[in-house]
This record gives sequence, C-alpha cells and structure tokens, in this order.
Amino acid sequence: MINKDLVIIGGGSAGLAAAIGAFDAGVKDILIIEKGEFLGGILNQCIHNGFGLSEFKEELTGPEFLTRFVKQAEERKIPYVLNSYVTSISKDKVVTYLNREEGSVEIKARAIIMAAGCYERNAGAIGIPGERPAGVITAGQAQLFLNEYGYLVGKKVFILGSGDIGLIMARRLSLEGAKVLGVAEIMPWSNGLNRNIVQCLNDYDIPLYLSHTVSKVYGKSRLEGIELSEVDTSLRVIEGTQKRFDCDTLILSIGLIPNNSLLNAAGVKVSRTKGAEVDEHMMTSVPGIFSCGNVLHVHDLVDNVVVEARLAGKGAALYLQDKLIVDGTKTIDVCPGDGIGYCVPEKINTLNLDGSVEIKFRVKKPSKNSYLVFSLNGNIIKKIFKPAIIPSEMEIVKITEDVLKNNQGTINVSLVAKEAI
Amino acid sequence: MVYTTSMNDVIVIGAGVIGAFVARNLSRYKLNALVIEKENDVGDVTSMANSAIAHSGYDPLPGSKKAFFNVKGNQMMPLVCEELDVNFGKVGTLTVATEDSQIKMLSDLKERADLNGVPTKILSASEVLKLEPNINPNVKGALLCPTGGIVNPFTLTAHAMENAIDNGVKLNLGESVLSIKKIDGGFLVTTNKSSYETKVVINCAGLHSDEIAKMIEPIDWSIHARKGEYFVLDHYAHGLVNHVLFPLPSEKGKGILVTMTTSYNYLVGPSSEWVSEKDDLSTDPLTLGDVKAQAKELVPNIPFNEQIRVFSGLRATPSTHDFIIEPSKSEPCFLNVAGIESPGLASSPAIGEYVVDTLLAKVLPLEVNDKYQPRVKKYLHPLSLPIEERNAVIKENPDYGTMVCNCEKVTLGEIEDVLSRSLPCRSVKAIKKRTRAGFGKCQGGFCQPNVIRLLAKHYGVSPLEILYDHDGSEIVKEEVKESVHD
Amino acid sequence: MSLENKELICICCPRGCHLSVSPNLDVTGNICPRGAVYAKQEISNPLRTLTSTMRISGASLPLCPVKTKDPIPKGKLFEAMHTIDCIHLEAPIKIGDVVIPNICDTGVDVVATRDMDLIK
Repeated sequence: MINKDLVIIGGGSAGLAAAIGAFDAGVKDILIIEKGEFLGGILNQCIHNGFGLSEFKEELTGPEFLTRFVKQAEERKIPYVLNSYVTSISKDKVVTYLNREEGSVEIKARAIIMAAGCYERNAGAIGIPGERPAGVITAGQAQLFLNEYGYLVGKKVFILGSGDIGLIMARRLSLEGAKVLGVAEIMPWSNGLNRNIVQCLNDYDIPLYLSHTVSKVYGKSRLEGIELSEVDTSLRVIEGTQKRFDCDTLILSIGLIPNNSLLNAAGVKVSRTKGAEVDEHMMTSVPGIFSCGNVLHVHDLVDNVVVEARLAGKGAALYLQDKLIVDGTKTIDVCPGDGIGYCVPEKINTLNLDGSVEIKFRVKKPSKNSYLVFSLNGNIIKKIFKPAIIPSEMEIVKITEDVLKNNQGTINVSLVAKEAI
Repeated sequence: MVYTTSMNDVIVIGAGVIGAFVARNLSRYKLNALVIEKENDVGDVTSMANSAIAHSGYDPLPGSKKAFFNVKGNQMMPLVCEELDVNFGKVGTLTVATEDSQIKMLSDLKERADLNGVPTKILSASEVLKLEPNINPNVKGALLCPTGGIVNPFTLTAHAMENAIDNGVKLNLGESVLSIKKIDGGFLVTTNKSSYETKVVINCAGLHSDEIAKMIEPIDWSIHARKGEYFVLDHYAHGLVNHVLFPLPSEKGKGILVTMTTSYNYLVGPSSEWVSEKDDLSTDPLTLGDVKAQAKELVPNIPFNEQIRVFSGLRATPSTHDFIIEPSKSEPCFLNVAGIESPGLASSPAIGEYVVDTLLAKVLPLEVNDKYQPRVKKYLHPLSLPIEERNAVIKENPDYGTMVCNCEKVTLGEIEDVLSRSLPCRSVKAIKKRTRAGFGKCQGGFCQPNVIRLLAKHYGVSPLEILYDHDGSEIVKEEVKESVHD
Repeated sequence: MSLENKELICICCPRGCHLSVSPNLDVTGNICPRGAVYAKQEISNPLRTLTSTMRISGASLPLCPVKTKDPIPKGKLFEAMHTIDCIHLEAPIKIGDVVIPNICDTGVDVVATRDMDLIK
C-alpha cells in the first residue's frame, strides 16, 4: 500500500484549487485522482463565458478558466492521475482507485479532500407520467454531446427547469439549429441568473413559463410531445390548464445533487443537502477528510468554488501539520433559521480560527426588503439589509474572528421582514 | 411430405424468459431451431419489467400448473443460475400479517405450502422483528419461505438465450410473425421480413400469445394485459430489508412487495390494473402514490427520496387463471406456452424443460446433441474480485481497468465481453440490461455518451444510428458542423 | 424616440442589475459603471459575445471551443455561426489563437478558448 499525505478526489475546479491551496500552505506529497481524460472537470464542456469575473477580473469561458488552474497546478508540479476512478474510501482513509495501467491501487492517505462534483437530477427521480421514450435527457448530457462530440440530441426541444444549465442549453441548441419551444419552471420565480434569462431566452424569443411543469410525456420509442400544465401554490397541477407541445426532446434542468456516496461509505456525516457536514476549514465529521465545491453544496459561480477549495486545501495542510484541534471542545453550530434553506459550514471550531469565517447559505424563496440576521446564542451579531434576495444566488457573509474566538453555542441565520426588525 | 432446405424443425415465437429457456432446452437436441422475436432484444417486455422474484411456490393453488412449475422451477434455479452465471439470492420470502384477522390466513397459506411441497415456517411477531428491524412494528406474524429468492431477470433471459445460441439455436430479433398457415409437414410462418417452413411451432409470445394461437385455430382463452407500476430505489447503505417482504392480500389490494434486488437496489411495487392496450407502459402519479402508501404499511420508513426510477411492466394474464402449456386443440405440433404471468419467472427453467422433454418429445424424435454445453462462459466482474486477482485480470486485459458506468461500477472490459458474445447486443438498453451500465442513480447521465460511442464503434455505424431500445429511439438526432468525424 | 424609461437587465456580470434608461440615456440601477455602458449600447446596437465550437482534426477531440474576442452585433449571431461551422481547424491550437479574423466584417476576431494539442 502506498502512503500519501493528501489525496484529492476530482481534478476539476475544486480539486485543482484545493491542491493549490494545500501546496501553497506547505503540503507537497499530493495526488489528484481524476476520472476523466483531462483535468478541469465539468468546465471542459462549459464553452460559454461568465466564469472568472471575481477570480481573474475577466470574463472567461469554462475551458479558459480551467486552463488557468491547470497551469497553476502544473507550475507547482502537483502530481495527478487521469482516467482513474476512485472506487472506495475506507473509514481509516484508504483510498482505492482504478485505472487501466495500474489496476486497483490502494493509498493510505493522511488527509483526503473530496472534490468530486455533482450529478444531475433526472427523469427517473421525478417519475414524469407517461412512458419512458428516448428523447428525455438532462441538460448536462445534451451539453456534453453537443460541445465535445458535435451531436444534437434533438431538433424540437422543450426544457423543464429554469436553472442556468437549462437556460445556457436553450441558447446553445438554438444557435446550433434546434428549435426551443419554451422553458417551464415549477416555481413562480426563475432559478437561473437574470442575465441568462435575457441572453438565453429573450434573445431567442423563447418563452419562460413560470409556475408550470411538464405533467406528461408522449411517445413510446422516441418522445413525441409533452404536456405543459400550470401549477398552484402547492405545486399541484391545475386542471384544465394542460397544453400539448409537439417536440422530440425534453431537456431536464431540474437540479444538481452532490456525488457524495464515497463519503457516505467512509462514515462521514451527511447533511440534508446530501453534501458532507463540514467545519470552518471544510473538514467533515471524520478528522482528515475534507470536502469542497459542488460535492459539498451546489454553487452557482465557480469563482466561489475555487475560494472554498483553496480554504479546504489550507485546512488539509493545517491538519497535516497538526495545527488543527479536532476534539471539538469549543464549537459553534451554525443553523439555518427562518427563510434559510441551509448553511455551510455547519460547525465552527472556535479554537481553530485563523481569520474570519465565511458563512454560505441560500434563502428558501425570493424576498424584498428584508434583513439577514445573524445571532450568536440569541444575540444579534450581524444584520444586513437586502432590498432583493433570491434562492438561485448563494449568499456569502463574513463573520469576523473577534466575534467567534473561543466562543461556543449556536449561530442562527434568518431572513426577517423589514417590519419585524 | 415436402421438405425444403430451409425447413426448420422448430420455430419458437418469442424470446422472453420462457422462449429463452425453451430455446436452451431445444439446443440439448440435434434440431434445426429458430427463435423469432419481434423486439430488438431478448427479454424486452414482461421479462424485463417484473418483481425479479424466484417465488418458492407456496402460494399458487395446489394442483395447478402454476404450483407445479413454480415449485420445480424454484428447485432448479440455483443450478441453472450457476450454469448460466446469473445472480440468484436465496434470501427467503416473508408473507407478513399486519392485522390480527390475518393470522388465520397465515395458517391457510402454510397448509397450501405443505400441499405444494414447499418448506415454510410461521413466525411470531417478535421473530419477524428480529429478522426485519425496519418492518412495521405492528406486525403480527409472518410465513417464512426459505426457498424463495431474488434473481436477475435480465441476465436469466439473456444468458439462457446465449447458451441456446452457443449450442446451435438461431435467433432473429426485430422480426414479427404476421401469419401462420398449416402446410404439408408443418407450418408456414410468415413474418414482416421473410417466410419459414417448420415442423413445429412453439408459441411463447407472451402478451400476444393468444393472437399467435388464433392464427391456426379459434381458441377459448384470451390474454389480457395487467399493468404493475414500481419504484426503484438507489443502493441504501444501511440495509432496508433482508428478505422479500409480501403483505397478505387484504381488502386494500393484492399486495405491494418490498424487496432488495440482486444488484442491491430496492424495488417497491407492483400495482395491479387492467389496461386495454397491450403496450401501455405508462406510469401515473396516482397509482404510484397508492403503491407508496401500501408499501409504507409494510415498511414505514422506506427512503423514497432515494428513488432513481419508476417503471411499469405488463403481466400476460390468462382468462383461465392458470398457465396454458399444451398443444393446440387441432394441431399437436403447435404448442402453446401462454398466460405466463407470476410466478412465470420462477417457473421458467421448469417450463422450458417440460415443453421440450415432454410436449415436443411426443411429436418429434429428439436426438441428444452430444456437443451440448450447459454453461455460458463466466462473466468477469473485476470489482467483485479481491485486489490481487482483480489486478491480474486487468494486467491481462486493461479494459477491465477502465470505468464506464461510475454509479454501478461497470468497466469497459465487461461491456466489451457482452458485445463479444453470441447473443446480439445492439442497443443502449441491451447494454444496460446485461451489464447494469446506466441503471444507477445518474441514469446514464455520465455513461450514456460513452456507451453510444462504444456501440457505434463496435458495430461500425454512426452514433446517430444507435437506438435506446425500439426502432425510432435513436438518442442523438443530428451531427452539427458538416461531417466533423472525417 | 420613446418618452418612457426602458427597463433592462444588465448581462455584464452574474449580478444582473435591473437598469432603467431614460429617454435621454441616463442610466440608473447599475452597481458599477459597466452597467451604464451596457445599457446605452443595448438600446442603440445590442452586442453579444458568441461562444461556440469548431471542427478540428488532429486533436484528441473533434471540436475546439471558440469565442468572439469582443461582443458582436446581436443580429449577426446566426451569420457568424454559419461562418464558424464551415471552417475546419487543424491541431495544434493554443488558447487565444485567432481562428477567424474579423468575423462577418464586425472587426472582431474569433479566438480559440482551449489548448488543442496535436495527437501523434
């Protein structure tokens, strides 16, 4: 069995940035294990721009963004293997990966960073009424076919879900000669960035049907059409609003789910959002196992992923240098309160602080004129006025070290109407 | 008698699990045998959409064909699965009473089991809870059938047919029988592709077996489609149930089962509803909601948030309420094997043997094929081997070290192996059924593009021609930017 | 000339500020100066960056991702796509290489956004 200080699972944006963060904090014995043919992860197929605005102060395409990180990793000569798939992580941090040259390789890691990204919620998970014809496909798969291999998955397309992936594909498919008939979003608000509504839907006269869902698919071998229905406030189909659209493809953009099953088996505590529960250094409930990027929680901006990943890398370095206290004697639990869907990290080890802590969270629904209220053991430590706040934008709020140091208890994050303050 | 060079001894209509076992048994003899299947793959209708249970045989009516073939088939299953390299788990079944009024029924069922020759044991509530900690805590007792189990229906059908082909049987896929005419010496079978002369016809046409039977004579039975809808749940790390759990039939319904599968998924269902169209495979939320509610009465905390798929299957339910396994009334050389609804899967090896060794033997001289080999070549699954053995396999064939389906851990080597066998495997769905690639939580999200490219490369066609399953189910529609792949 | 304010969403960055442009081109609602520039441009001559792929031979993948270095007139997007689709590249290509100069007479170059090494 090989020994390694740090094994990083995933060589995408999160894995690369975590490696760089760890390296720059003093860890040299690193191995990045990447399942694909290239480093860079999902950004390889994201040929559109919108990446890097805060990280590099430039607007870059996915491949351009990932290339910068690949170059940073190469400059540091960080070792990596490609076409290698991690098949298991044991409770005592043995990582087993598989590739054609080496077969199965076992590595006893002192620290592990999980950066394996997400998979897409798909038709099977939501059980759309009807049969199961070909032609119902997730946006990411359609994107892979089109951008890496040059195949259109359909010519007459309807899209379910207004998340950014679906909106981006609406534009991409239109430019490559498909007809996109519409986008349905079950919520009364769009899940994607406003800019994408403009440049992906409005530009191409593609209608957005809010509070609508696809209530049925038609077709046996191949999709022949979909039934679009309006939904009520309980998200139930309103009878009489059903409308049929003839199409050969239904693209699903209905959510991303952390690809976290390797950590489940390693005994890591998992949160409701299916990512690991972590502390301020992105360390999970198993000392020495860290998590960052989309496998921890789904991000909307890769710029935030790399910041989080570098932090995880630094955390792994501190752990390896025995600078982290892991017995959890002075901790603050971070809990989502009213109006908040989830928070990361879930725990702050106040004896391990080396600066402020960023709390990342999303609100449950769009809100105007409200306050984000942070209270520690019942006392308000921060209050931020938000004229507008939406679930599709992850919020990041810094809590300074002086407020947290040596403290314990609970931080509650809530969204409160202006009038209630 | 007029014989042409193309006169077959036997034509089998239908390559579901029944047709596959009939074919396998035919291949034990020196016969010119042809199987004609209308779908693009074997086991593509009822045989691939069922509860995957090798029932013990306690519950069919004693004296019925169902009872006879179920018990026999269940006894044959371990050896057959060993020969055919099919996953079979003798996990046992529990028929569970959740109301006091059902306790008597358990004894009635035990009596029936005794008459059928099936070993069973009545368990008390506390014994059941010990075996199944996640079961409804209000359980009153259960009937344990230790010989019942779970089986992989996809590979049971495919490997039986592969074995038949290896031993000389021919298979035509994507070919539908349009008419059958009595001729001198046998029958003329006309399909959408050709015509064939044969001495014997064996009708294993499942949902359409009544239509096939009617081609040569009026019949007094019929087949109606009865749909069952299911949930498939992802691999559940903590072990939900250890046996196949059945409820007792009650006023609420026939019974929704909760079971593990041979791939460590969980299956919940089926519903039971008559449908007028024999190809109505739709699912609907009301029926599924009902399935969920009934299943929760058996196991309250089923993790439905782990749902990865819903599907439906169609039972070929006979109007006679029992299997129809007999020659037609007017033609001793036309054998009907019809109405094989539950417990059809468990009965299949026994039915295949009986149809050939008993029914066919009456009308055709059967000369033993001394070259007959009952085993398929073992399918390697490197990830289930200990590491040293695994790496030896990979050293010899590096394709076994390339992961294709991440969710189900299926390697390139396993896919290439399936493609190299005598049974054709031309579609994405066929690969799915044989290897499990695409069956996992991402439902092919990551691996489908690779599988399509593999199939295209293997068959020397464009990815545009690769089907998901049926004709017309191509997955990619158009190549952009004018002949990118020069 | 409209007498009402035009409402726009800025597409310069993920923030997507809600902008309001008065008839005499005063812009409000933008958090940064780029929003004002965008709004005025959007009203007179909307521009968009085009990202797409081009066929390439000799590389490990059949397509090379590309973009217009600067935004081009929105009305020329499909014409630009057609031009892009008719041209066949050859590896090796480096990020930033101009693959089509001055696309559709816009004065804007199309550049590669990924290194595509030559496969021997």
